Amino acid sequence: MWSRLVWLGLRAPLGGQGFTSKADPQGSGRITAAVIEHLERLALVDFGSREAVTRLEKAIAFADRLRAVDTDGVEPMESVLEDRCLYLRSDNVVEGNCADELLQNSHRVVEEYFVAPPGNISLPKLDEQEPFPHS
Amino acid sequence: MAAPMLRWGCRGRRWAFARVDGGSCHRRGAPTGSTSNRIRGESSVAQQPLHTAQKTRKGEHKWAAVVGLEIHAQISSNSKLFSGSQVRFSAPPNSLVSFFDASLPGTLPVLNRRCVEAAVMTGLALNCHINKKSLFDRKHYFYADLPAGYQITQQRLPIAVNGSLIYGVCAGKKQSQVIPKTVRIKQIQLEQDSGKSLHDNLRSQTLIDLNRAGVGLLEVVLEPDMSCGEEAATAVRELQLILQALGTSQANMAEGQLRVDANISVHHPGEPLGVRTEVKNLNSIRFLAKAIDYEIQRQINELENGGEILNETRSFHHKLGCTMSMRDKEGKQDYRFMPEPNLPPLVLYDATSLPAGADPQQVINIDQIRETLPELPSVTREKLVQQYGMLLEHSFTLLNEVGLLEFFQNVIKETRAEPKKVTSWVLNTFLGYLKQQNLAVSESPVTPSALAELLDLLDSRTISSSAAKQVMDVKNRNPRAINKLIGLVRKATQSRADPVMIKEILEKKLSL
Repeated sequence: MWSRLVWLGLRAPLGGQGFTSKADPQGSGRITAAVIEHLERLALVDFGSREAVTRLEKAIAFADRLRAVDTDGVEPMESVLEDRCLYLRSDNVVEGNCADELLQNSHRVVEEYFVAPPGNISLPKLDEQEPFPHS
Repeated sequence: MAAPMLRWGCRGRRWAFARVDGGSCHRRGAPTGSTSNRIRGESSVAQQPLHTAQKTRKGEHKWAAVVGLEIHAQISSNSKLFSGSQVRFSAPPNSLVSFFDASLPGTLPVLNRRCVEAAVMTGLALNCHINKKSLFDRKHYFYADLPAGYQITQQRLPIAVNGSLIYGVCAGKKQSQVIPKTVRIKQIQLEQDSGKSLHDNLRSQTLIDLNRAGVGLLEVVLEPDMSCGEEAATAVRELQLILQALGTSQANMAEGQLRVDANISVHHPGEPLGVRTEVKNLNSIRFLAKAIDYEIQRQINELENGGEILNETRSFHHKLGCTMSMRDKEGKQDYRFMPEPNLPPLVLYDATSLPAGADPQQVINIDQIRETLPELPSVTREKLVQQYGMLLEHSFTLLNEVGLLEFFQNVIKETRAEPKKVTSWVLNTFLGYLKQQNLAVSESPVTPSALAELLDLLDSRTISSSAAKQVMDVKNRNPRAINKLIGLVRKATQSRADPVMIKEILEKKLSL
C-alpha cells in the first residue's frame, strides 16, 4: 500500500492537484453526545469515560490523514485479498453433529436449545443513564 | 481506548411477536368508522370497504398501487453456504451446526460451489447479467439467532443483476385469457440464513436452534412493477415453478424454503411515489395476495382520511386478515455494511475467459451452465400447446397445480384417446372433483391408469359420456353416486340383498 501512495505522490504534479486535502465540512473532529449515543446503540459498546471519547476523536483525526491523498480516478481497493483465488468447496456434509460440545458454551440451555433473553430489550435513553459511571 | 463493554440485553431488527391484541384489529365488515388510533406499537385498523384500488369515489382522484417484492429462496444443497454442516428441514435442535455456524472464534467461511452454481443457474433462467466478479459483505444487526452479529451477504456487487420474470395473469371474461406481464429483477444475491427463534413468553426467554443458521439463500429482488396482490402472487408462483424446474430450490412456502416480503405504496397517477411500507410474515401465495390487497386498501383509506403513511414494517395476521405495525422504537436500522474481510472476490468465467489448465473444481464456467440448464416452465407450456393442441391457458393450469402435469402425461401415455379429450377430462372433470373435495393430485383416488382406461372405453364408444362421468363419481367416492349404484344392485336382486353387504362388495370390486 505504501508503494501506491508514493506512486500517487509522483503522479500528482502531472494532474495538477498536488496534496490537496478534501475539506472536512465538520471542521475539527469533536464527537457530539448524540453520535456517541448512536454508536453505543449500534455496536453495543460502552464509551465509559471522557478519555475514551477523546481517544476516538484522535483515532478519527489519524485516519483523516488519508484524505490528503488524491485518489481521483483510482478504483478503491476493498481487500488485500483481491488477487487471491476464492476457494470453492465441494457440496459434501463433513461437519455438524456436535450439539453437546456447542451447548457447553452456553450459560443456559433448555433441552438442546440455547437460551436467550426474549429480545427487544432497549438501551435506556442518554438522559436516563448515569454520566460516565466508570470514570 | 477504554475496553469496550458489551451491554447485555440486545435488541435487534426483528420483534418477538408474541400475541395479537384482539381489540386492535377489526374484522372486515364490522360497522365502524374509519378512524385510526395510534396505540403504542400497534395501529388499529378500521373496517375496510371492499373496493379495488382503481375504483373512484366521487370527486376523488384515482389511486395506483406499486408493489415490489424481496424473495428469499433456500438453496437446495447438501451442505451450507459457508460450512460443511448438513442442510435438512427437520433434525434434533443444534445437531446440524458446525463451529463456524455457531460463530466460534477462529472459524472462517468457505464458499460452497453448489450454491454458486445455483445462483448462476437462477440468474440465467431469469435473463440476468451475471457479474463475473461479485463481492461479499457483512450486514450487522443484533439478534440471538444470528450468532456472529452479522450476516454475510452481497450488498455492493451481487452475483446477478438486471433480469426479468414473465408471468401470465388470468383476465377477460371467465378468467380464460392469459395476459403476459413482466417484472424486472433488480438483482440476485447469495446470503446466509439465520437460525430459528422459539419464543417462550411464559418464561420470558427465547430458545435458539441454529440448524438453519448458515444455510444458503438466494435473495431475488423484484422491482416495484406490480400493482396488486394477484400480480404479485402470480409472479411468485412463476418464480417457484422456475426454481423447482431448475432444482435450485424446492421453494416450498409452507416449509419456509421460500419467504416473501412485500414493499407497498400508493399514489395518484402522474404524481410521485408515496411512502412505502414493508409487509412480512407472508407464508403462502394466497396470504401474499390477501395481505398486499389489504395493505393497499389500508393506505388508500388512511390517505383519503387525511392521515399519513409511515415508512415502517408491518406483519400480516392471516386469521384477522390485516397487517399490523411492527414498528421499531429505535427508528431506521443502520446495518454498517462492510466488505467481508475473509473472502476474496468471487470470480466467474465463460468459455472465452476460462484460464487454460485450471482445476475444473475451482472454476465456474457460465457458458457451460447455460448449456445444461433444465427446461423452463415457459418452454414446457409452449411444448404442451404445440404437441397437444391445447390452449395456452390450459398449459398454465396444468403447471400451476402440483402434480397435475405428471398425472396428465401419465394418462396420455396409457390411453388411445385423443389428447384434446384427455386435456378436457383432466382439466375439467378430474380437476373439478379435486377442487370440490379439496384434494391434492397426490391424494386423488383416481389413478392415471384408471382414467386412461375410462377414456379408452369412452373412445371405443363402449360407454357413453354420461356413464363415464358416473364412473368418475363413484371412483371419487361421491356418496350420491355410490348410493345410486347400491340402489341399482338392490333392484337387480329384487331387494333381497342386504345393502350393507352390497356396499362392501362394491367397494371391494371397485377397489375404493
